[in-house]
Amino acid sequence: MSLFMIIISAAFIHNVVLSQFLGICSFLGVSNKIKTSASLGGAVIFVITIASAVAYMLYTFILHPLNLDYLQTIVFILVIAALVQIVEMFLKKTSPALYTALGIYLPLITTNCAVLGVALNNVTDGYNFIESVFSGFGTAVGYTIAIVLLAGIREKIADNDIPEPIKGGPLVLFCAALMGIAFFGFSSLG
Amino acid sequence: MNKQENVAVERIRNGISTENPVFIMMLGMCPALAVTTSVTNAVGMGLSTTAVLVVSNLVISLVRKIIPDEVRLPAFIVIVASFVTVVQLIMQAYFVELNASLGVYIPLIVVNCIILGRAEAYASKNPPFASFMDGVGMGLGFTIGLILLSAFRELFGAGTLAGIQIMPSFYPPIDVLVKAPGAFLVLGLIIMVMNAFHIKTRANEITEGCDGCPGCGVPGSDPACAGKEDKKA
Repeated sequence: MSLFMIIISAAFIHNVVLSQFLGICSFLGVSNKIKTSASLGGAVIFVITIASAVAYMLYTFILHPLNLDYLQTIVFILVIAALVQIVEMFLKKTSPALYTALGIYLPLITTNCAVLGVALNNVTDGYNFIESVFSGFGTAVGYTIAIVLLAGIREKIADNDIPEPIKGGPLVLFCAALMGIAFFGFSSLG
Repeated sequence: MNKQENVAVERIRNGISTENPVFIMMLGMCPALAVTTSVTNAVGMGLSTTAVLVVSNLVISLVRKIIPDEVRLPAFIVIVASFVTVVQLIMQAYFVELNASLGVYIPLIVVNCIILGRAEAYASKNPPFASFMDGVGMGLGFTIGLILLSAFRELFGAGTLAGIQIMPSFYPPIDVLVKAPGAFLVLGLIIMVMNAFHIKTRANEITEGCDGCPGCGVPGSDPACAGKEDKKA
């Protein structure tokens, strides 16, 4: 599979939120403004891309040669938690501007199951190093597209006259359902 | 002994109805939406999560006084991840088909908000027996929630229940319900009905903040929640 197809497939055809249901927590929770959801998306792209690379190297050079494949869940989740901390400290030191933009979303990402999901999926799919990084990047871009689109819809309909029982949770879920149906259109690409 | 029985009954009732993780607390949404395409998957997922929840609650409660406060979240994650790995290996050995259809969602039990949430909110503060029963109650509540969601989706989306044909042959299955968007749709409908009957769920709060994530269970630990507290104050 070409790298281009890996990105398209990860971002649209198998969209991480709308067809794989990873990262639902923040997708529903942090999607009321375009600006905040775009910043969260930026932080997610950053972390998932790095996490895919690190998880790939750990698996290929340490876990697999030592026959410790079964430890991957434990190792990956710890590495992701540590990685988020390191990225946070690194950004704070080197790029205060980027840190202020992404900083508050970074701790949230440890518990975002999309990060662990991508790392595990890369191993299952047997991607090599470059493919893993691209698939991680594509997945995160798909997450960002989905959350920014949902935030856009929510900003537009926020002031409408909505029946009382649908306000809040149900409305967001219905929007997500309609977006999911729209994203079905991409499945013919694969 | 009587007191212990009371605790047990109270914890189980709490998990199934008062604080039902799926419908009231809105925790563990990823698996709740992803694997509820069939009742079989839902039961498998529910019981695997229950097993991890019960054992990790018990162990965390036993070691709660040994773990230093500053490293308790990483310690909880390691404990939970170990039991998830055990469940994963058991599934691979004895339930090959179910394991294949649940796929990546089995290892992802690690990041299920319910488990870390209960560890932080209950097991780290309460004695082992109560924590054990809390795990049983929450696990059952989660399993029941998944079964309800999946029964609705499978019955109307495929005309079957646990693979057995239920609907008459002239019933046209609503395909979209067992596809990805159907999950959002059915959950939205259920919460809409609950809202209409004024059953209090956290769904409406959750869309304004991210209380569902375990990171937010700890005050001050998550700046994203701090912003929300400020707004309220």
